[in-house]
Amino acid sequence: MEALISLIVGVLTACGVYLILRGRTFPLVLGLTLLSYAVNLFLFATGRLAIGLPPIIDPNLAKPVGGYTDPLPQALVLTAIVIGFAMTAFLIMLALKARAELGNDHVDGRPDPGDRA
Amino acid sequence: MNLFFVILIPFVGAGLTGWMSRFGRTPSAWTAGGVTLLALLCLMPSAAVPFLGETLVQRWPWIPDIGLDLALRLDGLGLLFALMILGIGLLIILYARYYLSARDSLSLFYAYLLLFMGSMLGIVLSENLILLLMFWELTSLTSFLLIGFWREREDARKGARMALTITGLGGLALLGGFLLLGEMAGSYDLSTILASGDRVRAHPLYTPMLVLILLGAFTKSAQFPFHFWLPHAMAAPTPVSAYLHSATLVKAGVFLLARLFPVLSGTPEWSWLVGGAGLATLLVGAWFALYKHDLKGLLAYSTISHLGLITLLFGIGTPLAAVAGVFHIINHATFKASLFMAAGIIDHECGTRDMRRVNGLWKFMPYTATLAMVAAAAMAGVPLFNGFLSKEMFFAETATFYTEHDWGWLLPLVVVIAGMLAVAYSLRFTHDVFFNGDPIDLPRTPHEPPFWMKAPVGVLVAICLLVGILPMLTVEPILTVAVASVLQTPSPVHNLAIWHGVNLPFLMSLAALLGGLLIYAARRPLFTLAAQLEGRLDAQAVYRWTLGRVIAFAAWITRHLETGSLQRMLLLFVLSVLTLGVAGFVGSGSPLTGTRATLPVDILGVLVTVGILAAAIGTLALHRRRLTALIVMGALGLPVALIFVQFSAPDLALTQLTVEVVTIVLLLLALYFLPQRSPVESSRGTRIRDLGVAALAGAGTAALTWSILTRPFASISDYFLVNSLPGGGGTNVVNVILVDFRGFDTLGEITVLALAGLGIYAMLRDLRLHGPTQDADGRPWNWDLHPSIMAALTRLLLPLVLLVSVFILLRGHNLPGGGFIAGLIAAVGLIMQYLTNGVEWTHRRLSDNLHPVIGAGLLIALLTGLASLALGYPFLTSAFTHVHWPIVGDFELASAMAFDLGVYLVVVGATLLILIHLGLLHRASHATSLNPPEPR
Repeated sequence: MEALISLIVGVLTACGVYLILRGRTFPLVLGLTLLSYAVNLFLFATGRLAIGLPPIIDPNLAKPVGGYTDPLPQALVLTAIVIGFAMTAFLIMLALKARAELGNDHVDGRPDPGDRA
Repeated sequence: MNLFFVILIPFVGAGLTGWMSRFGRTPSAWTAGGVTLLALLCLMPSAAVPFLGETLVQRWPWIPDIGLDLALRLDGLGLLFALMILGIGLLIILYARYYLSARDSLSLFYAYLLLFMGSMLGIVLSENLILLLMFWELTSLTSFLLIGFWREREDARKGARMALTITGLGGLALLGGFLLLGEMAGSYDLSTILASGDRVRAHPLYTPMLVLILLGAFTKSAQFPFHFWLPHAMAAPTPVSAYLHSATLVKAGVFLLARLFPVLSGTPEWSWLVGGAGLATLLVGAWFALYKHDLKGLLAYSTISHLGLITLLFGIGTPLAAVAGVFHIINHATFKASLFMAAGIIDHECGTRDMRRVNGLWKFMPYTATLAMVAAAAMAGVPLFNGFLSKEMFFAETATFYTEHDWGWLLPLVVVIAGMLAVAYSLRFTHDVFFNGDPIDLPRTPHEPPFWMKAPVGVLVAICLLVGILPMLTVEPILTVAVASVLQTPSPVHNLAIWHGVNLPFLMSLAALLGGLLIYAARRPLFTLAAQLEGRLDAQAVYRWTLGRVIAFAAWITRHLETGSLQRMLLLFVLSVLTLGVAGFVGSGSPLTGTRATLPVDILGVLVTVGILAAAIGTLALHRRRLTALIVMGALGLPVALIFVQFSAPDLALTQLTVEVVTIVLLLLALYFLPQRSPVESSRGTRIRDLGVAALAGAGTAALTWSILTRPFASISDYFLVNSLPGGGGTNVVNVILVDFRGFDTLGEITVLALAGLGIYAMLRDLRLHGPTQDADGRPWNWDLHPSIMAALTRLLLPLVLLVSVFILLRGHNLPGGGFIAGLIAAVGLIMQYLTNGVEWTHRRLSDNLHPVIGAGLLIALLTGLASLALGYPFLTSAFTHVHWPIVGDFELASAMAFDLGVYLVVVGATLLILIHLGLLHRASHATSLNPPEPR
């Protein structure tokens, strides 16, 4: 399973990086969204993978076999997901604003859309 | 406690004085003066402490981990400087009231002056080295403001920048020196450092440390070869020059020498570096002072020369030399401040400071002339004035040096030459300005200045005379305690008398006076010689050249890295991260795969992986067709959530699912206003290059993830698991971490969320965008009614959704859920109304004013934290109890739930704010482009 998670993180990063290197705002936002998936998964996985461990404490049980899942990366990732949404929103609004002000959606605000970078 | 206020009062007073500007010039002057007096009064209760032979230390822990305390100290040296800073500051404030014209903002000037005063007080009263350094830097910054006060003048801007560059670089060196010193002494407290001189001097790093600290002190005190910034700082208003170059800024360097004297002095390195710099500065300053035709230029170079004299005395390093050094600090402050003020009066009255034109002023302003001449006599070292006493002690020290060293006779010879030059330039100041014929072609006719402009000069000149005639009655007590704290032993026996009999120092004084007269008499050929030499010995040229190179280099770097292309920047960024990561990994020599056993692959895992890979690569492949790409990317959220489910993270799965909905809705709404297709922009080569870089980045992160996941580790989470129930009262550890253990972080995060929402609101408010009337394939936009069955169903569902969200919120402490998830669920429920019923319909029924919701959320979260603070617990400590409600049953009540409610409100508010206002933008764009039929 570790190999699969690594593969997922790697592919998400690769797709994200390619997209953020594009010259238009919308692919950039898509790329950042992919990258934040990758980062969130990566952070989550630093708590190591475990299947079937209880995430909630059972007060009647002393300590379950194998312990609990690591709550700390989960808490970190939970807020990261929400903040990630806020940042995506901010970025896409910035893109809208740039489009309105500059008349195009190039990341550098270049006025001639046919220009080859 | 009072020392703290002594420093704080000028800083607070600066703001007050700035505010007073609305009431006119005189009230600001009164405020500035009152603030200074208040600081002086605040100092008074402790003023007696140094005279009892004690050192007052007041401290508050600040960042104890790095040895940084807010520790202040008052000993003889600190008291002496504090009195000079505040006393002369008071006189300067009075003088500046009359000096500055109505065009200049007086209150701004006073505000800068008070800021500078507070920083200076901080230097002289600091017990902690790091604190001292902070105030040191503050003086550099505030003096920049003061020197560049006439910002419309180019020379003022240049002079201020030069002073900042030189003293700023010195401050950087000083930081290094202080860190070394602190590590050597094992403490950053002066009390400890001053007592560990032997250990520091024996340390192998003593010499680099000394050089760094001296760089700081020499740049500040304008020692050769860093002296050239000081004459350029003369572009400042004269009150600034009078303050900065008499008692304060440039004295900070010699203060540091005096302060660290017991630790650093007593080695050959110290003698050569400090003595050598002092001697060179003494001579160079005196030489140039004689040939400056500008009155303030003369005073600037004489200041440099006198600073060299003081530095030289500390370099000689005997206890008696330290007495002379401290004494000359006092004397120089008094006569130089009065001379600068007199020069300012002359400039003010004549409209020029050129001594070739300003002559014979005795007839026009006899009172000012008298005062200036007395101060000039003190500067020259004429008997009965204070400068004579310290200068004779100085001569005596160099004479003692001569008997103890080979080649020692050179020193008395050189200092007598410097003394002659000092007499000569003092004579020039007196004779050229007040006598020597009549004024030539002055812009205005000079006359006596207002009384209150002369008064500060009078006070200082009176001190010069009193100290000069009755030293034992006036200056002796404070001098003794100041010297005692410089040496950290009781002051050596010294005799402040005017007449010591005919001895070598007296003969040296006499030689200096007579030689000075001769030099002045023969000045014409010397001026010609100096004019020929002009520009040969120019440290400034080195400065300009170095600065030019540095700026050109910075421009070159910027030109090549920052081309204004985001793509290029991001490419460089990814490549640097890759390079650093690979270099770190290759350098470490550890294997890629660790020792931890891996989990077996199951069929669900494979399916999820295939799903994610397909969606990610699909997004990539289809990214030019934006809508399609977005829909494909929308398929990512579900398998990612499944991963969270499989690896026992139910909270994350819930969050991911709900965020997915709002993200996709958001991007869909935004895409409406953007082009539907991305054009092919990059060349084929660029795209292949980018693909390669992306593949490398992907491979890198995959390798990183793999190597982390296959290594065992010890988590710090056990603490949270053990304390979650007994300490936080919840069984859902993730939630307890969010609202209790790391509640402060969460507070910060919801604040970011709120700010993002408000920022978006601000961006969208005046935005006018035109939506397309047809899609990418040219088909006209469809204005069909919203599907009625779905609309009706969503309306029905809303109460249920809200109920579920409240349920999720309430159970969050013990079961998967909590404020973030519940907030997102509620937001999704409400957004569904907009989507299915239309913006118009929903907008009429729901308020779009969400600011109060966000505000209330933040306030509730903050108040929960403050409540625990008020009860004496750390910020955001939670309390909980169990209550029994009829019918509902046993129910837990925790203060963390209130905090979670705050989180909930912020999440709902911010999410809705973002989406609704984007939706309202659609309404506006529709109204302008088409008139769509309204759904009923």
